[in-house]
This record gives sequence, C-alpha cells and structure tokens, in this order.
Amino acid sequence: MRRTVFPHKVLPWLLLAPQLAITLVFFYWPAAQAFRQSVLREDPFGLSSTFVGLANFRKVLSDPNYLNSVQVTVVFSLLVAFFAMSIALFLAVQAEKIIRGKGFYRTLMIWPYAVAPAIAGMLWLFMFNPSFGSLAWPLRQLGINWNPLLDGEQAMALVVAAATWKQISYNFLFFVAGLQAIPKSLLEAAAIDGASRRHAFWTIVFPLLAPTTFFLLVVNTVYALFDTFGIIHAVTGGGPGKATETLVYKVYNDGFVNLIMGDSAAQSVILMVIVITLTAFQFRFIEKRVHYG
Amino acid sequence: MAHFWMILGVIIVAFPVYYVFIASTHSVQTILRPPLPLLPGPEAAANYGGAFSGEIDRIGGVSLWRLLGNTTLIAVGIALGKIAISMASAYAIVFFRFPFRMACFWLIFITLMLPVEVRIQPTYKVMVDLGLIDTYAGLILPLIASATATLLFRQFFMTIPDELLEAARVDGAGPWRFFKDILWPLSLTNVAAIFVIQFIYGWTQYLWPLLVTNSNEMNTIVIALKKMISFADADTPWNLVMVTSVLAILPPILVVVVMQRWFVKGLVETEK
Amino acid sequence: MARIQLKDLRKSYAGQEVIHGITMDIENGEFVVIVGPSGCGKSTLLRMVAGLEGITSGTISIGDRVVNDLEPRQRDIAMVFQNYALYPHMSVRENMAYGLKIARMSKDEIDQRVAKAATMLELEPYLDRKPRALSGGQRQRVAMGRALVREPAAFLLDEPLSNLDAKLRVQMRLQIKDLHQRTGQTTLYVTHDQVEAMTLADRLIVMNKGVAEQIATPHEVYTTPASEFVAGFIGSPAMNIFTVQAEKGMAILPGGHRLPLAALPASGQVRLGLRPEDLEIVDAGVPSIPVVLRSVEWLGADAFGYGVIDGSEERVTLRLAGSTAAARGDRIHVAPPEGRWHLFSADTGKRL
Repeated sequence: MRRTVFPHKVLPWLLLAPQLAITLVFFYWPAAQAFRQSVLREDPFGLSSTFVGLANFRKVLSDPNYLNSVQVTVVFSLLVAFFAMSIALFLAVQAEKIIRGKGFYRTLMIWPYAVAPAIAGMLWLFMFNPSFGSLAWPLRQLGINWNPLLDGEQAMALVVAAATWKQISYNFLFFVAGLQAIPKSLLEAAAIDGASRRHAFWTIVFPLLAPTTFFLLVVNTVYALFDTFGIIHAVTGGGPGKATETLVYKVYNDGFVNLIMGDSAAQSVILMVIVITLTAFQFRFIEKRVHYG
Repeated sequence: MAHFWMILGVIIVAFPVYYVFIASTHSVQTILRPPLPLLPGPEAAANYGGAFSGEIDRIGGVSLWRLLGNTTLIAVGIALGKIAISMASAYAIVFFRFPFRMACFWLIFITLMLPVEVRIQPTYKVMVDLGLIDTYAGLILPLIASATATLLFRQFFMTIPDELLEAARVDGAGPWRFFKDILWPLSLTNVAAIFVIQFIYGWTQYLWPLLVTNSNEMNTIVIALKKMISFADADTPWNLVMVTSVLAILPPILVVVVMQRWFVKGLVETEK
Repeated sequence: MARIQLKDLRKSYAGQEVIHGITMDIENGEFVVIVGPSGCGKSTLLRMVAGLEGITSGTISIGDRVVNDLEPRQRDIAMVFQNYALYPHMSVRENMAYGLKIARMSKDEIDQRVAKAATMLELEPYLDRKPRALSGGQRQRVAMGRALVREPAAFLLDEPLSNLDAKLRVQMRLQIKDLHQRTGQTTLYVTHDQVEAMTLADRLIVMNKGVAEQIATPHEVYTTPASEFVAGFIGSPAMNIFTVQAEKGMAILPGGHRLPLAALPASGQVRLGLRPEDLEIVDAGVPSIPVVLRSVEWLGADAFGYGVIDGSEERVTLRLAGSTAAARGDRIHVAPPEGRWHLFSADTGKRL
C-alpha cells in the first residue's frame, strides 16, 4: 500500500477509460451475450428466440460429437503437456550442467516461441506431408502406411508433435530459471552425503522445482486448450473424421461456420467455466508463491 | 554428454525452421521429390525475387509486401497499444486513490478468463455492428486490452519507493511530469520486455484475423499462408509457400533473438 | 525564509488520532528538531508540514500563508529524505536542477545555483555521475544540494543521517550545522538520535505518542525536563527514575532509606529522577543513598557504575570519575547536590 498518491480525482478515470472501454465493449458485453444465448433458442430464420433454460447445455452434453471432442481435447492436452514439459525439463537440466555456451543454446532454443501456432503446424505438415514430406518418405520406406490426412491417430500424432515443439521453448526458459533458483549448496550437501546425481535429482531438484512444474502444468493446459486452435485449423481442420476436433475448434465450427447459435453459446459458457477454473488454480499458485517469496 | 543432448535438442527444435528455409531455396520439382537435400539450393534468388515481385499476388490476390506490411502494422499496433493503455491503467491504479479503484483492477484482471475462444460469436456480432470488419482498427483495438501487461506494470510501479514520488512532488512535479521524467525512464526495460512479448503475440494472431477479415487485402501473412496451402493441388507453387513461411517466421524470431535479454526477463517475471 | 506556525494540528487515520494537537511558532531562521522514539508521530508531523500528509484539523502557515490545502510544490519548501530519494536515472546535476527546471527558471540561473550548491557541498567532481556511482555520504550531500538550490522558505529534513555509518554521521552533522549558520534557513529536522537533536537544535520538540511533551531549547530540555518521558528519553545513560514515598520533607527510597529533598509534597507517592552524573559519592554519615555496585565499566575519562539501592532491586546508574577505585561488590553512598533532582507526578508524569 502506497503512503503517497496524487490527489486528483478525475484524472485516474481518464487514464483508465481506454482500457475499461475496450474490456466492456469487446469482453464483458460479448461474454454476457454468450450467457444469454446459451439459455435461448432461435427459430430457424433467426427472427425470434425463446427461453429454453438449460436445454442447450443438456443437448450439447449429450451430443456424441461433443463428447468425442471432449475426449480428443483431453488426450491432446495431456500428450502435449506431458511431452512439452518433460522434454523441456530434460534439456533444461542438461543446459544447467553446461558452463560455456549456455547462451548459444538458449538462443537457438527460443525460436519456436516466436513461431505462430498455425505456422508451427504447417512446418510439421511440410516435413510429414505424405506426398512430398522428407520425413514421411523414410516412414514409407519402413513400410508404415503414413497418411495423417486419412488416418486419425497419425493426424493426432502430427498435431501433438507440432504443438509440443512450439511449447518447448517456453517451458525450457521457465525450467532453467527454476533450476537456477535452487541453491547449489543443497546439491553439494547431497553429494557429500553420498547421493548419486540421479538420486539427487529426484530427491532434491525435482521436489524443489514443484512450484515451477505446477505453474507450467496449468499454463500448458491452457495453451493446449486454446492457443493450439491455429495448429488444428491449419493442419487437419478437425479431421480426419473429427479425430482432432478439440473443444475450441468445435465451438468455432458450430458458432462461426455452421451458425448453430444456442449450442455454440452453451459450448462457450462451458469453456468459460474451464478457463475460470484453470485461472483460479493459477492464481492460487501465484498467491502461494508470494507467501513463500 | 550434456552438450550431446543439447545439440540433439537444438536440432529437434531448430530443424523444422531450417527445413522450411532449405525448401525455400529449391525449385518446386526438387521439393516435390523427397527427400529434400540438406543444404540450400540454387533457386533462392529466383524464389525470393519472384515472391516479392508479384508471384504471390497471382496465387493469393495480395502482394507479399502488403502482407508483411499488414502483419507488422498489426503486431506493432497491438504491442504499442497494449503498452499505452495498460501503463495508463496501472498508473491510475497505483498512484491515485479513487472510489472503485480495486473494482477497476479486478475488471481488467478478469479479462484473463475471457479469451476470444469463449466468446467468438457475440464478439463477432459486436464487430459487425461497429463496422470494424476488414479494418485495421478491428484487427488491433479489441486485442489491446491486457490484463498481463497491466499486472506487470502495476507490480513494477509498486516497487517505486514512496520517497521518490514525494521528492518529485516537493520538486513540483505533477502526475504528467512525474510520469514523463521519472517513471517512464525507469520503466524502459519493462517496456522493452512487454514490447517483445506483445509483438510476438500480435504477429502470431490467428483466430482473430480469421474472424474479422474477409478481404485478401487485409490478411496477415499467417492467414494468407493458410489460404495458400488449403487450396493445395498439384499446381501449388510450393517454393513460394516456403518463401512465405520463412518470411512469416523470420521477423518475430529476429525480434526475440535480438531482444533476448529483455524478453526472457520479461517473460519469466510477468508470469510470477 | 519564513516563520512556520502550527496551530492545534491534528491528524487521524481511520478515526484513530495519531497527532494530538500541536501548537508551535518556528521563528524565521530557527533550527527546530523534532525528536522522539519511533512511532511517536514525528515524521508524520514533518510530512504534514511538507504537504505529503493531509491535515485533519488545525492550521499550518508558512510565511504569511495558510498552506493547509496547498500542494507540496506550492508551499515553497524543500525536503531531504531518509533514503535520499535521488532520481536513479539522472546525474547529480540533473537531480539538483530538476525542481528548478519544473519551476521554469532560466538555464543560467539554474547553472549558477547548482554550481553554488555543489561548491558548498564539495560535489563538483561528481556532478555528472549517476547516484548509484556515489558513496552513501555523497548521496546524502546530493540530497542536501537538491534542497539547497531551491532556496526555499523552509528546509525539511526527515532523518537525513540515519542511513550513514557513525563516523560520517558526525561529519555530516557538523556540515549541516555549518550550512544552517551560513544560509540562515528556517529548518525543521526529524531524528530519533538525541545527540543529533541536542547538538543541532535551537529548539527541540520532544514527541511521544503524538503529543509534544516539551518544546524548548536543548539546555532547558536537559536541565528541566517537562515530563518523566522527556527526562528518560534525553540523556545518556538515561536518568534514574524511581518511585519514592514523600513524608514530611523526606523521601523514603526503595529499601527504606531516607533522603531529605526540598519541594517534596507533604505526602503521597512521587517519581524521583536523578541523572547519573548528579549522584556524587559522599561519606557514609550524611543523608545519602547506599548503592551496591554490580559492575563498573571503565571508559577512560570516566566510568559507569551499575548497581542497586541497598536492600532493594531498584537499579541505579552512576557516573564515576575515571580514577575511581570502586569495584563490583562495593557498597558506596551517593547523593545529589542541592537542587539537582527532578520530581514528577506519579499519576500524570508531569514535572512537579
């Protein structure tokens, strides 16, 4: 709490006005509309709408396509979060051992952060394109019937790889920062106590990294849920046969492409609940961190 | 051993970017006949020259210059816009006392929980009603509200000692002079960090431009690229697709690498 | 230069009064020190004069103007902060010139004033350095310089020396005294250090819990403290104060010893204060206080004896000559010379 402030009463409102105006017009108003539409149903011509209570939600939640999309999203998010975090942690641990040239590796590691998710998807598609991808070619030579445009599992593997690749940079930077914050004296003490390096990692380093890991888990989940829309849209378009149709892709498709308002709004509200839960988690974590720091 | 793993990691991480760069220097025929050579080919000048002098227009209906211009304008506009309005908000919240001060803070904070994805359709309707479809304002304005940047500036402003503000007030500085002469110079590293992060954010936007642009003229380079490959058939000029990909990737990578120091600090600190 | 008048000044935070009505006239050119323990409200009082804290009731005038509702910059004051509050991104020169620039003073005038202040404070070699390249003492001088160049009606200093080490603190204290004598500025100075307070002040305000216990010259404060609090706060080692029973001109001390004291009330309990240096060793025969020494600290020129009044656990500190032969375990007799004692009300703590 500051002791001293400026005495002006109107000026702060002027300073806040632009941000408040934008949030109200483009965030709160549409979000409120989403809530409203989620309990209404429009007639086929969009001329009138009637209150239907939770009917849209019931319909959405009993729709096999929606349940499929939930399953796809869970599988996709778990895979991306797991691979992106474990690869990044492994590399961060290796980078910590290096004395010279750390900066050089870091510079190369952060590239994917700057690549748009959609383009990340395209890059992987170029490499694994069944007709001309250079990395698809050896798979074929091995006798694998590689065609992610037709095979759902292969399509999933491809988008998971692209999404993971893009997120490694971010996780790497955080794990490096987390590792640097661990006092070296702890590891020296463990070495004197006779712990092997591997043992010291799992009993000392990993537990102390827990706050970073937990934070990244939330961030990666949010990333996999929302920011990977571009990858799915650019690479698979949700296909083949809805095999990669995530919740966000579906809400876009139903609301924007197929124009099913009530359903789409209900889906939006469900997504909102998910984000709020995740953000609340993240916030709890930040608070904890404040107390420990 | 550590170096071995790091090199392997770097290869995996950098390879896709390298691959597309190599592809952009070969002819369509070479690209379509895998495996691709591992070294740059002889067609670099022809591919890049062609792409910049009208060949992209022919397939995408809009020039490469225009795409790069659009994307740069949007990325810079979003980054500067976010910095301006979130600094102003944080300044109001930290250095003034007024009714509903914390309510305003929470109002901004909660936007974190309302990404575009959860309000697609109604937001689109607002854009239509306001006539913002296919405009730069429509591409930039709704994206400049920023809870994260406001949080970061608020945090930073709270570390400014009370005495510094008091000294400035005794010296005769009002809110504007205090901001201009003291707070702004002290915030520069934070501004740089946020600029990089938000520039990347703006450059890599996908869903938003997809929603609010119809005309090819208003496309960002990422959207244009997606359009180029989605009509893929035997005649797709893959060499030009590769060139466009490289140009869509390069500017943000350069920004991140050049401003690495501020970027890493800003990224790791914003999220704490 | 100007006089500062405080009239029944009060301050409340959320209904809780923290400054309980302070009235004082500070003469033109006077150096007034506000001293007291931490949390006594001394900084708050200074900041109210500066305009950094609001006033709940009462008035402040600087010169002929009531400044209650004026911004700090309109009050024609300059201030030195405890942590100096130098602008970290500005050079020493820019730091000093900043206030003048805002006041739209001409460049020549600014240069001239900065040069003059820099000479006075021996800062010329550092004018183009940033604060982080300066030592603590140099930063302190820059903070002084920033205030000096303003040539304000009044000079406010908030514990300006407390971030310095002991040696520098003595040096800077002398320099501040010297500056004040040269410039003759009206000065209000806050400190918790009684040595600073005693050596710098023309007059002191001794504060306790938001009340001005005494406003007087250092000499008066020392020789005739207005309350038990002032008596205990000023002076080192602290005054010995204990409760005695008055009985027909006799004070009955802890341990049952009797000491004749003039001006005692007829009966009842009183607080008796005796400064360590006012307790002289006397022969056992005369009326006196018998003290059993528990330890003696020899400091060279003099020595401090710590003991208890015989037959009680009442602690007493004595100031002894450097040549003393007294040692731990000795029983000695001490008594104050005529008039060198202080009596305070056992209820209100006020001087009797």
